[in-house]
Amino acid sequence: MRTSVGERLLDLAVSGVLWGFRILLVAAVLLGTIATIRAGKYTSEQWIDFVVFGISQGSIYALIALGYTMVYGILRMINFAHGDIFMTGAFGAYFLATWLNGIGFIDNHPILGLLIPILFAMIMAGGIAMLVERIAYRPLRGAPRLVPLISAIGASFFLEYAFRGFFGPGVYAYPPIKALEGEWNVLGVGILKVQVVVAVAAFIMMAILYFIVMFTKAGKAMRAVSESKDTAALMGIDVNRIIVSTFALGAAMAGAAGVLYSLIYRQVGFFMGFTPGIKAFTAAVLGGIGNIPGAMVGGLVLGVFESVGPSLFLEGLGIPRPYQLKDAIAFTMLVMILLFRPSGILGERITTKKA
Amino acid sequence: MLKLDNVHTFYGNIHALKGITLSIEKGEIVTLIGGNGAGKTTTLRTISGLLKPREGSVTLEGEDLIKYKAHEVVYKGVSMVPEGRGVFARLSVMENLEMGAYSLKSKQELDKNIERVFTLFPRLKERRTQVAGTLSGGEQQMLATGRALMANPRILLMDEPSMGLAPVLVELIFETIQQINKVGVTVLLVEQNALMALAIADRGYVLQTGEIVLTDTAENLKKNPMVQKAYLGVE
Repeated sequence: MRTSVGERLLDLAVSGVLWGFRILLVAAVLLGTIATIRAGKYTSEQWIDFVVFGISQGSIYALIALGYTMVYGILRMINFAHGDIFMTGAFGAYFLATWLNGIGFIDNHPILGLLIPILFAMIMAGGIAMLVERIAYRPLRGAPRLVPLISAIGASFFLEYAFRGFFGPGVYAYPPIKALEGEWNVLGVGILKVQVVVAVAAFIMMAILYFIVMFTKAGKAMRAVSESKDTAALMGIDVNRIIVSTFALGAAMAGAAGVLYSLIYRQVGFFMGFTPGIKAFTAAVLGGIGNIPGAMVGGLVLGVFESVGPSLFLEGLGIPRPYQLKDAIAFTMLVMILLFRPSGILGERITTKKA
Repeated sequence: MLKLDNVHTFYGNIHALKGITLSIEKGEIVTLIGGNGAGKTTTLRTISGLLKPREGSVTLEGEDLIKYKAHEVVYKGVSMVPEGRGVFARLSVMENLEMGAYSLKSKQELDKNIERVFTLFPRLKERRTQVAGTLSGGEQQMLATGRALMANPRILLMDEPSMGLAPVLVELIFETIQQINKVGVTVLLVEQNALMALAIADRGYVLQTGEIVLTDTAENLKKNPMVQKAYLGVE
């Protein structure tokens, strides 16, 4: 291909600017980190605290990100209503947990008091996701890719404002689980119990999902459908049923994440799905969209960066209220990954040989 | 056994099949030959239910196939090896075979069929844990064929199995098709390599721009001057 000198110069200039941007960012992070460590404002206990919080927050992002990545893998579509599916799960669990709390069940059986609302949230979120798929996405199968995307945004608004209409614009307090209050002392460092429980629960859910996708017949069929719907149908796989199960499975993970999120923040409201939703989407892109282990890694990386970042490098740079810039870190990472490695951390590598 | 009667299939507004009528008897190998765009793949996709004809009928032993969706047709005993093999690149060889047996209920039958495929293609056994996308073209064709056999088909539709393969491998695949046929599977073979296809087929149909222009026994087709000129490269 012949390109003109002007075009080549422009290419050079663009990549020069991008490289400059990259170097500047890395330098800022390094300088900030060094300055913070020199200042020695935080103790190592506090750093551990930041990391643990990042892991528990990140494991929630990872759980939500799984739904984005699975639906993308199978339909090449971003399900922007997924964050609101997370919210519906949290709402369902809130009502059930409030009732259980009212009859004293949560105080007497803290473990069941945690598990039953999670299970209920999973069923509720899964059911709503199946309805959304049936009503808003399936009729648009085969339409240009932008069309289901717009429909997804519509579904997102519908869920948000339907819940606002039913339950009002305020926030509800998720009932406390007394057994989860306080700290555990691990090697002389106090770690909040709720954060450990949230992270452990999220990891168990991820392991279950990974098992389903890798080793069950339905999971293998999901992977087959994500490669080729036509070929999968030739195997006798009911493609529509597999697509619905994928939505339901991803939504069940988001529903469980909704409860875990409510355990940490103790607030349930109609708009609560928006920020975690786009953060989880960022995590899915970060790990490589369409890639299940990628979503898990992406979620954790994002969570830890967001939690450690403000005090580690933003504060060192002399930014007055670094915690307000928490979200900016997440979305800067999204822009960076889209610019420099669009396939994500664990992006796709294997392709079909055509010959 | 399988009958197509006056089948018209469209791709959007393109009239791809213009009244195809053909029949395949139990135990036969029948080949469809024709150039690019003649409608060979469209015919197979219509039989397997991936495309629905606008007119005409497709019946398997008297039962209408058009009313079934593609995944239900498999349960009726029709398996297809798609063009370009269509193995699931990110699934292992074993997982590909398991997907081929998706319509089976029992684990014993699955194990029995896997053993059968491994005797037919010992190479696949060596590679069973490997991801299918890393197999060679010949191995992928073996896998696609084995995978189609996993569903215990009564009739096997094969779309261009020789495409892109070295001549040695083409021979191996065609020998296997004969073996499969001997154990009672009826075969409908679509090929551009007319020479190879007519060598193993009982009968053949010649397709041109969506219409059947000629049908005869494979022996006679090989001698037909039109076929010789257009598809066998004989001057």
